Amino acid sequence: MIRVVLPQHLRTLARVEREVQLEVEGPVTQRSVLDALEARYPMLQGTIRDQVTQQRRPFVRFFACEQDLSHEPPDTLLPEAVAMGAEPFLVVGAIAGG
Amino acid sequence: MSGVRVLVGTRKGAFILTSDGKRKRWDVSGPHFAGWEIYHLKGSPVDPNRLYASQTSSWFGQIIQRSGDGGKTWEQPGTPPGEPTTTPDGMPKGESNKFVYDTFPQTGKPLTTHQWYDGTQHPWEFKRVWHLEPSLTDPDTVYAGVEDAALFRTTDGGKTWQEVSGLRGHGSGPRWQPGAGGMCLHTILLDPSDPRRMFIAISAAGVFRTDDAGKTWRPINRGLHSEYIPDPNAEVGHCVHRIAMHRSRPRVLFMQKHWDVMRSDDAGESWHEISGNLPTDFGFPIDVHAHEPDTIYVVPIKSDSEHYPPEGKLRVYRSRTGGNEWEALTKGLPQNDCYVNVLRDAMAVDWLDSCGVYFGTTGGQVYASADAGDSWAPIVRDLPAVLSVEVQTLP
Repeated sequence: MIRVVLPQHLRTLARVEREVQLEVEGPVTQRSVLDALEARYPMLQGTIRDQVTQQRRPFVRFFACEQDLSHEPPDTLLPEAVAMGAEPFLVVGAIAGG
Repeated sequence: MSGVRVLVGTRKGAFILTSDGKRKRWDVSGPHFAGWEIYHLKGSPVDPNRLYASQTSSWFGQIIQRSGDGGKTWEQPGTPPGEPTTTPDGMPKGESNKFVYDTFPQTGKPLTTHQWYDGTQHPWEFKRVWHLEPSLTDPDTVYAGVEDAALFRTTDGGKTWQEVSGLRGHGSGPRWQPGAGGMCLHTILLDPSDPRRMFIAISAAGVFRTDDAGKTWRPINRGLHSEYIPDPNAEVGHCVHRIAMHRSRPRVLFMQKHWDVMRSDDAGESWHEISGNLPTDFGFPIDVHAHEPDTIYVVPIKSDSEHYPPEGKLRVYRSRTGGNEWEALTKGLPQNDCYVNVLRDAMAVDWLDSCGVYFGTTGGQVYASADAGDSWAPIVRDLPAVLSVEVQTLP
C-alpha cells in the first residue's frame, strides 16, 4: 500500500481524511502514484497536475522522506520507504501569498 | 413573488443569503467551499434550484460545482458522490473541471496567440472561470467565460465543456491583451428575443457579438476611445469592465469601461458616452433596473490607480434617463472613511415589484436596497472580499 498525504483543500474535495492508501501496480513513481490517486478520486484530476500536459501545477510540491521531490522527473522511482508503505508521499500546497 | 436568494462569491468561499419579499430579515448560509475563491455562481432561469459555481485556486486549479437544491448540497457534475468513479468502459470521470482550448484540427497547433505585457505574442493559458451564464431555456446548457479569454459551453449540465472557438477564431487575438486583472472574458449576455444572438466582453479586447449562435463573431467597439490606444478607431484592445442589458430591450446596451460609461442603441454597432455629471467615470459594475429599462446603476471609484470611492463616500449613482443625468444614492451607505471597491460582477437586481438592488464590496459587505436604490442596508458586513453577487427572484 502506498500512503499519500493530501493538503486540506484536496481532502475536502475528495472527501477523505489526511492520508489515503493506494494500490500501485508496477514501479512506484510520481506518475504511477498520481495516476492511481486520480483513478480512485477522479475529482482530483487537474488539481495536482495540469489536465492536458500532466505537468505539476506550479504551487504544488511533492515531498517524501524529508526530501523535496518536486523537480524529479515523473518516472523516477520514489524512495524505497514510500514504495514499502513505511513513509507517506506528501502533496503540499506551496506557501505563497498572504 | 415571495422571496429572493442572493448568491455571493468571495475570495474564501460562497455564501447564500435568503429572504422573503420584504427583504428585511436574512438567513446566511456558508461558507460553501471554504477557503476557495468563488469567482461566480448563478442559477438557471429555467430551474432556479439548479445552481452552478466556479470554484478556483491558484494552487489547485479549476473546479465546477453544481447544485440541484438551491445550494444546500453540491457536487462536481462529472463526479457525483457515491457513484462509481469510472464509466462502465473504464474511462475516468472528473471531466467537469477540464477546459481545453481548441486547436487547428489538422496540425494540432494553437488557434492564435495574444499580446503580452511587453508587446510580444504569448500563448493562451487556461487559468480560471470568471463567469457562468446558464441558458435561458435549458438548465443543462451553460456558457463559461474564462481567463485567458475564451468562451466555453456545456450542454450536459457541466459534465463536459467545449470551447466556442469561433470567438478566438475571429482573427484579432494577437491584439487582445491582459488587463490588470488578467485577460478575462467576464460578461456574457444572452439575447432573450433571439437565441442566435449573444454579446460577450473581454478585458482588454472589447465587446463581441455573434448572430449565429456562436459560430462567428465580430468586435463591436465603434465609438469607444481608450487613452492607451493611439488609434482612435481601434477595432479591439479596449478595457471594457462590464456591459448590461434590459431583457425587454436587448438592442440597448450599457457599458462601464475602464474610463467612461457608454451606451449603444443599435446592439453594439456604435457607442456614445453617457458619463454626464458623474463625479468620476471609472468603475467596474453597471446594471439595469428590473422594470425600468432606462434606469441604470454604477458605482464610481476614483481612478485606475485608486480603486475606492471618491472622498471616502460609498455612493451608487442612478440615472433614470438612460445616462448623462445621474443622482447619488447615499442613504444607508457609509459616507466617510470608506475605501472599498465593487468588482464588475458584484452587482445585481431582483425582479420583485419594488426592484431590489444588491452589491458586494472588497471589504466584505453586501448591501441591499428594496426600493430601487433610495435606501440601503447591509445584509452582511464581514465576509471575505466579494467577487460576485447574483440574485434569484423566487416564486
